[in-house]
Amino acid sequence: MPKDAPQLGCADSPILKERGQHEVFCGLTSIVWLHRKMQDAFFLVVGSRTCAHLLQSAAGVMIFAEPRFATAILEETDLAGMADAHEELDRNVSQLLSRRPDIKRLFLVGSCPSEVIKIDLSTVAEKLTEKYSPNVNVINFSGSGIETTFTQGEDACLEAVIRSLPSSEKTQLAVLGALPDIVQDQMMRLLEQLGLENVFVLPQVKFDDDVSIGANTHFICVQPFLGASYEEMVRRGAQPICANFPFGADGTTRWLWAIAERFDVSKAKFDKVVAAPKLRAEQAIAAVASDLRGKSVFFFPDSQLEIPLARFLAAECGMELTEVGSPFIHKSLVYADLADLPATTQISEGQDVDKQLDRVFDYNPDLTVCGLGLANPLESKGLSTKWAIELVFSPIHFYEQAADLASLFARPLKRADLLKVST
Amino acid sequence: MKLSVWTYEGPPHVGAIRVATGMEKVHLVLHAPQGDTYADLLFTMIERRNHRPPVTYTTFQARDLGSDTASLFKSACHDAYNRFKPDLLLVGASCTAELIQDDPGGLAEALDLPIPVVALELPSYQRKENFGADETFFQIVKKLTTPQPRTENISCNLIGPTALGFRHRDDVEELEKVIQNLGIEVNVVAPMGSEPSDIVNLGAAHFNVLMYPETGESACRYLEKSLEQPFTKTVPIGVGALSDFIAEIETITGLTNLQNKVASRLPWYSASVDSTYLTGKRVFIFGDGSHVISAARIAKDEIGFEVVGLGCFNREMARPVRAFGKTLGCEALITEDYLEVEGAISELAPELILGTQMERHIGKRLGIPCAVISAPVHVQDFPARYSPQMGPEGANVIFDTWVHPLVMGLEEHLLTMFREDFEFSDANGPSHHAAHQPTSVQKENRSEEPVPKENSSNVIWMTDAEKELRKIPFFVRGKAKRNTERYAVDHGVIEISIDTLYEAKAHYAR
Ligand code: SF4
Ligand code: SF4
Repeated sequence: MPKDAPQLGCADSPILKERGQHEVFCGLTSIVWLHRKMQDAFFLVVGSRTCAHLLQSAAGVMIFAEPRFATAILEETDLAGMADAHEELDRNVSQLLSRRPDIKRLFLVGSCPSEVIKIDLSTVAEKLTEKYSPNVNVINFSGSGIETTFTQGEDACLEAVIRSLPSSEKTQLAVLGALPDIVQDQMMRLLEQLGLENVFVLPQVKFDDDVSIGANTHFICVQPFLGASYEEMVRRGAQPICANFPFGADGTTRWLWAIAERFDVSKAKFDKVVAAPKLRAEQAIAAVASDLRGKSVFFFPDSQLEIPLARFLAAECGMELTEVGSPFIHKSLVYADLADLPATTQISEGQDVDKQLDRVFDYNPDLTVCGLGLANPLESKGLSTKWAIELVFSPIHFYEQAADLASLFARPLKRADLLKVST
Repeated sequence: MKLSVWTYEGPPHVGAIRVATGMEKVHLVLHAPQGDTYADLLFTMIERRNHRPPVTYTTFQARDLGSDTASLFKSACHDAYNRFKPDLLLVGASCTAELIQDDPGGLAEALDLPIPVVALELPSYQRKENFGADETFFQIVKKLTTPQPRTENISCNLIGPTALGFRHRDDVEELEKVIQNLGIEVNVVAPMGSEPSDIVNLGAAHFNVLMYPETGESACRYLEKSLEQPFTKTVPIGVGALSDFIAEIETITGLTNLQNKVASRLPWYSASVDSTYLTGKRVFIFGDGSHVISAARIAKDEIGFEVVGLGCFNREMARPVRAFGKTLGCEALITEDYLEVEGAISELAPELILGTQMERHIGKRLGIPCAVISAPVHVQDFPARYSPQMGPEGANVIFDTWVHPLVMGLEEHLLTMFREDFEFSDANGPSHHAAHQPTSVQKENRSEEPVPKENSSNVIWMTDAEKELRKIPFFVRGKAKRNTERYAVDHGVIEISIDTLYEAKAHYAR
């Protein structure tokens, strides 16, 4: 570590907790990537026209590719009688399943309207599971904006999936979190090279994949937003492995090492496995990071990826952190990354967007990471921005993506230099 | 409940945001959960606005449910007023807040703010985006307008443009030019571009130009009744409609000889021999009611297409669209379900689709060229360049936009004559339009791939007939195939031969 490195350790510094207007997506948005990952699943949102409109706005052009999600839009008559709502849902589901016989898992996704009028989707799910078993398993979770923020939708979904899994005493490793296929394959190769057997990923790609959990299941999260799933695993007796999240060369190494330690892999073997990809990642990052070194960055809350990503930008790319905002902070999950942040970093949880905007103008950072509702307005005021949703949709984990991750942040800065006409 | 993947319109509060975002010095406080802030990105991304929409969302959470949400709403109003100092506050509820019954109007009233407050009723479970915009603007007008002395010179207001409107920005500019050319002053343009003090001033105009019935009709009717301002009924999209529109203005104002003051290139372009090949091309039209009616008229009377189907997604316009459809001998399709639209299009197999972003994708899937005439639209239909739909320049833009995706005259003939030429295969689509190759047709066209033999009515294509069918240019092949099969079924033919193909062709000859 260089001598002039800032003093590290944010784990115990005070967190600024704010309550005001939140400028974030609701959990329904997670469906946009979850449905691609779970190939035999259909996501049926029980909600309003707003929910349907949100999904099509967030899914963009994907909406035209026969997606495996839809909204059962509540109408006037559904608000009046609950019994009718259940019947209506029954009718919609049978229509859907007869049109899509390939569906093995049906997720009934709760929304704000369905939660507020208290449609009991979990009971409906149980009844429907009885009705359609063994062909279709019906599971309920909520992606409502009153309960979940953006990536928490994946957490709620995964929590419900875990709850439905059978028990077993097998010694095994579960990796929690949906990843792009190519990244998942890289991860599995590394774990295999470390000599691990019985590794599986949740959510599982196919319902038929044979997975179970119990006291000899060790698990690790690949995403920081899986707090509820983490707790559900613990409740099922599984044993957590906690580490930095696998962003960058160092993050990936520490994440892998935590697993290796748990499974008694020798240091020598570990070093042998990671040496080449680690070096590759370090060199690739170095090429990109020269554009980032010494630049300041500000994170608006969005996906809960903010703390691990801030760690990566500060520790591996030499950026300076101003404020790092996160919609929620599950300390047990992000402890390691939090502890590695420079002590001067302002950590904030929750949001009052107008006050936070005042702060971003005070800091006047070189780069601001924020949502699409804020990005162009901030650009027009002279701030360079990186829109945050891309960080959820792009392959950014593990060694081979480390430089791509750094480029996502470097590109807006480079672009600002390139453009010779002012707005 | 209604199962839905794609919706042509958002919920009504999005319509309210469109009005607020179009205006200045107006702020909207919306009682809504956190996820509903997604609507902001429609404005900052699709329309590329450089400001946040002037909307404060209360973003209540589950733990606030109960009495807390009401105080949350009040403090949000208070903070919004103090921070943004608007001249007018709008308050309303999104679908979820409608269910918790906090009464935004009453709560805001109780705050006793020193500015007018308009409470919006936005019935989310019955109505949609266009209603939300129309209603919001109507309520603003109702609250603020007062009788004013008329301007000395003849003047009018332009009513209906909003944020996120299809080509509203340039339609306003174009129509202002047209109106000023006629020697008439533009008093106020609203809602887009206006502030509350301008709304107070609406009454000074002699009449109103209703640009977009979907978003401005209620306000125009109200102004007609309360301030005796007549309003124009024709939307000036297309050369004929523009002339009718000017005739209306002559009647309203008593001015004469206004007609020859505007000119478009469309009539000459359309008359020139290069355009002869456009004659009778079969076109299907879908979108919002008023753009569909305008487009159908241009298609038929100004370009010489045959309108084979039309429809709209907004029920508010069902009546006029049906009536207009009748004059063309088409039964209008009024639906919000894009699958129905897709069904109608594949049944009719038109040569060109005029529609929304959704129809663009349907066209892509079916290998049919398409041009966009109506919202909802994607980012590329908020172009940097000047591209109105209204007025003389609008007609020029429309001519270019619609003709562009079609195979051009000479090329059409060459494709038919030399379809065996491997470098000049019709599978490549229009040579000037490589980006929008009809991919599905391409596949169907590769010679190893047979035309699908099976179809719903179980007639069988014999190999020769199938080969012959593939010689027919791709843009009419779908139609030919369908007609032949229908002919075969109607005449009890089970195996389609080359003869059947040509008998059907003769039968359906137009
Ligand atoms: S038409 Fe082209 S630009 Fe528009 S959404 Fe489809 S792919 Fe994107
Ligand atoms: S915040 Fe609630 S009402 Fe809004 S889209 Fe999300 S689930 Fe639907």
